[in-house]
Amino acid sequence: MSDPTFALSLRNIRKSFGTNEVLKGVTVEARRGEVIAILGASGSGKSTLLRCANLLERPDSGEIAVGNDVVRLRLKGNSQAIADRAQVDRVRTRVAMVFQGFNLWSHMTVLQNVIEAPIHVQGRDRVSCIREAEALLEKVGIRAKRDAYPAHLSGGEQQRAAIVRALAMNPDVMLFDEPTSALDPERVGEVLRVMRTLAEEGRTMLVVTHEMSFARDVASRVIFLHQGVIDADGPSAHLFANPTTERFARFISESRTGAA
Amino acid sequence: MDIAFLTESFLQLLSGLPLTLELTAVAFALGAVLALLLALLRQAPLLPLRVAAQTFVFVMRGTPLLVQIFLIYYGLGQFRPFLQDIGLWSVFREPYWCAILALALNSAAYGSEILRGALGSVPPNQVEAARACGMSGILLYRRIVLPIALRQAIPSYGNELVLMVKATSLASIITMMDVTGIAARLIAESYRPVEVFIAAGVIYLAINLTLTRAVSALDWWLSPHLRRSLSQTPVPHV
Repeated sequence: MSDPTFALSLRNIRKSFGTNEVLKGVTVEARRGEVIAILGASGSGKSTLLRCANLLERPDSGEIAVGNDVVRLRLKGNSQAIADRAQVDRVRTRVAMVFQGFNLWSHMTVLQNVIEAPIHVQGRDRVSCIREAEALLEKVGIRAKRDAYPAHLSGGEQQRAAIVRALAMNPDVMLFDEPTSALDPERVGEVLRVMRTLAEEGRTMLVVTHEMSFARDVASRVIFLHQGVIDADGPSAHLFANPTTERFARFISESRTGAA
Repeated sequence: MDIAFLTESFLQLLSGLPLTLELTAVAFALGAVLALLLALLRQAPLLPLRVAAQTFVFVMRGTPLLVQIFLIYYGLGQFRPFLQDIGLWSVFREPYWCAILALALNSAAYGSEILRGALGSVPPNQVEAARACGMSGILLYRRIVLPIALRQAIPSYGNELVLMVKATSLASIITMMDVTGIAARLIAESYRPVEVFIAAGVIYLAINLTLTRAVSALDWWLSPHLRRSLSQTPVPHV
């Protein structure tokens, strides 16, 4: 496979729910190894944008490409439908998602959660999947919990297990949808540390978050959404030091006072 | 009441036990498969499929099982030439298969309602996580939706099994010599219904006691994720 510049491209994405236009033509192209923090007030469309990236939401118009695999969509009324189910399933294994609510499968142990997709979707060998899963669980510090069920874990442990589940598919891009918003404050750090490690390893990540410190210190690029359009977009260190728009400047200062 | 006769009846009735158990097992298994099919049909994207499944359930739940047994056993005789043509007469000629069919269809209707509820109770976020991992269609159902739904359904479906055990007694009406069928014969010979029916009742009670305990054990064994933790393993209670 040729190596395109962008690991993930979302071009001119539009999405409405009823009469409410949530995304009004948003383009995000993520280079390999880029860690993009997507910021914005609630209702700005950031989660919807992320969910369009792996087709959990179908954009009304626009194009999605993973590497050079352009997702085939067909027009259906005013919207678009998936044209090739198998392609979408394949794309989803390359664009793994970590949810706000963890969404681990409750009837499976941590290890079973992690090896499920590699074995049954990707058709890989069970023994090597288990070995790899254990190494990943070790890395995020929950190897001892491999045989525990999600209900028996803390929120932070569940989210780390969910991150390992996503990692186990060996994806090209990882999507994080407010990964720390459902956690107790004292559990946020352990998840952010794992995410920082992944960022430092050069993983391509899109992170919808309210953690300004993560956006500032870990992300390489920040995209600020406002009412369905990109208001500010740039290298995070630069953008935080010199906000390019008044709105983003206000957003930063408000979140600062909010945190204090 | 004559204890000696009671004991003697009990021993004679035991010879009907294998048939009672067999009718239960075969009709229940067949009914469960049909129930799952019906429950899935009720989620089908095509309206005619949903309506067909719904109508079937409505009719089977709204009419007496005995009427259904009579319809199949006596009623199908009217269509003998047709059934002979398609080679099914040898099946429907047998009261055994007529009883199985009626019991299975009836149980499928009730069972499908239980499974429909269980399918509806699968948390959407776990289904979404499966989709996000590239699962869809049969794989999604086989690995995520059904394992969660069926575990959910086990306690109520256990009830369906008990109902089936009791319903098999109706097969005696169409000449089957199950526990109830033998009881009827003993009464006709002895004119002593009390001892015979008490003995029969005891047999049904024993079957159902065993089955409810087995279902509870199965439920306990399949639900470690709902227990407080793995280290605590209390004895399953009924």
